[in-house]
Amino acid sequence: MSIDARFRIRRGEFSLDVALSFPERGVTALFGPSGCGKTTLLRAIAGLERCDGGFLKVGGEVWQEEDFFLPPHKRPLGYVFQEPSLFSHLTVRANLQYGRKRLREGERKVSLERAVELLGVGALLDRRPHQLSGGEQQRVAIARALAVSPSLLLLDEPLAALDLKRKHEILPYLESLHRELRIPVLYVSHSRDEVARLADHLVLLEAGRVQATGRVSELFSRLDLPLARGPDTESVIETVIAGHDDRFELTFLDFPGGRFTVPRDHRPTGVPVRLQVKANDVSITLEHQEKTSILNIFPAVVDELADEGGSRVTVRLLVGGVPILSRVTRKSATELGLRPGTAVYAQVKGVAVLS
Amino acid sequence: MILSENDLAALGITLRLAVVTTLILLLIGTPLAWWLARSRWRFKFMIEAIVALPLVLPPTVLGFYLLVALGPHGPVGGLMEALGGRPLAFTFTGLVIGSVFYSLPFVVQPLQSAFSAIGRRPLEVAATLRASPLDRFFTVAVPLAGPGFLTAAVLGFAHTLGEFGVVLMIGGNIPGVTQVLSIAIYDHVEALEYTQAHWLSAVLLLFSFSMLMVVYALNRRFSVVQP
Repeated sequence: MSIDARFRIRRGEFSLDVALSFPERGVTALFGPSGCGKTTLLRAIAGLERCDGGFLKVGGEVWQEEDFFLPPHKRPLGYVFQEPSLFSHLTVRANLQYGRKRLREGERKVSLERAVELLGVGALLDRRPHQLSGGEQQRVAIARALAVSPSLLLLDEPLAALDLKRKHEILPYLESLHRELRIPVLYVSHSRDEVARLADHLVLLEAGRVQATGRVSELFSRLDLPLARGPDTESVIETVIAGHDDRFELTFLDFPGGRFTVPRDHRPTGVPVRLQVKANDVSITLEHQEKTSILNIFPAVVDELADEGGSRVTVRLLVGGVPILSRVTRKSATELGLRPGTAVYAQVKGVAVLS
Repeated sequence: MILSENDLAALGITLRLAVVTTLILLLIGTPLAWWLARSRWRFKFMIEAIVALPLVLPPTVLGFYLLVALGPHGPVGGLMEALGGRPLAFTFTGLVIGSVFYSLPFVVQPLQSAFSAIGRRPLEVAATLRASPLDRFFTVAVPLAGPGFLTAAVLGFAHTLGEFGVVLMIGGNIPGVTQVLSIAIYDHVEALEYTQAHWLSAVLLLFSFSMLMVVYALNRRFSVVQP
């Protein structure tokens, strides 16, 4: 099953013209710079932005086509706005019940207790919105959207209005949503870090047009896309916990290209784990270094090089078919004779375990 | 008893008039204000100007037109007669009609600004939470505009209490039927009965003052009327 959308919206100077299809499971991120049309697209999917001639099909059900428009209150979706937008005249409990009360009996698939527990808002139920911090308000807003048991959850930069500390307070909740509920999520963001952590699938938007769609791990390592440019280029690698070493407090993570060794993770064997590897943390050698402190060394093949000018080049390596980006100086690239097809070793100095 | 029977009757008519007028105005003013706050119609300003007209128009002018319309030879009065009713001029119903026009901006404008202040967001949130347009209006817009309703009701009520010109034109001065407080005061002054005029004026002054105090106390962000 997939979600298919086609919209053409004109608002003064700005125009959105997209046709896209994304899987009806997991988290799909709409990613792009401010003003690229992410929010407009999300609002169009929710039916808050009306456009003629659009088309939208979610899970085999048509929500909009030529002469049909399902009004927003009849669409089985949950929407979290950038600002929490709680109803200030209602308590947290009444906020959570607002949408729920309006569902038919059979539609209540997510229990209120479950939503409350997932977002950790149990202690806030009798308070008023103005008595909550920004992070707490946003958690209530997410729980409120979940409580209507949506077939599609739309999140419009739910962390953008929060400071870094609050962001880190909410991210774990979003990650657990991702793991524990089977609701497809469409997540608008301009933060690559959030996307790397939360999304499975990615839609890149630029000036109202779709630039690329695909799996996060694929698009992050495409050298022709803006994601691989800029100072903090990184790769996202899907792995599975293969085992633990109690003596040295380590965990082994398997991926098609080999095995990563990382500091001890609390999760059991078999759990999927996502790794983030910064391109600056990957160095390239022609020979396998025997005596080194680096644990994660993989045989690799150079796939592509991107010279952005300046002193550095970005190298796309394939490790057992899995792309990993490396950023080295142009001097090194020249001296090592790196070109597509060169067999090398990738030395990964640091990895971040995401989820 | 300092107040005469006539004065008490005038007080009763005045209060009844103010209550009935306020209720009618809340009933028709709410959808009108909602429409004015939300509509993007390009000629909306004309409706806004018409609503605000009683703010600047001399009450006698408004009263005169209403008298012409409601009288036996006017379009409304004529229709009433043709249907077997009585013309509305010089009746309590006529007074209510006049007051509704006269106090319209005092009810519509606070409601309109209260509805505008809510913004679109809470209503969009309600829409994504399965609330139909009517449902959103009653469960989100009305509660959030609560202070606006209080302001509108009190202003409409207080403004109707002090009505003079319009009432005189279309209601005349029939004691016990259409004679309201302000006209009773005028009569007392004309007859040099200053004591009675003092008492009635004091009643009106106290009433208006205490009502406004309630509004200001309950609603600090209160702004009377924006032309």
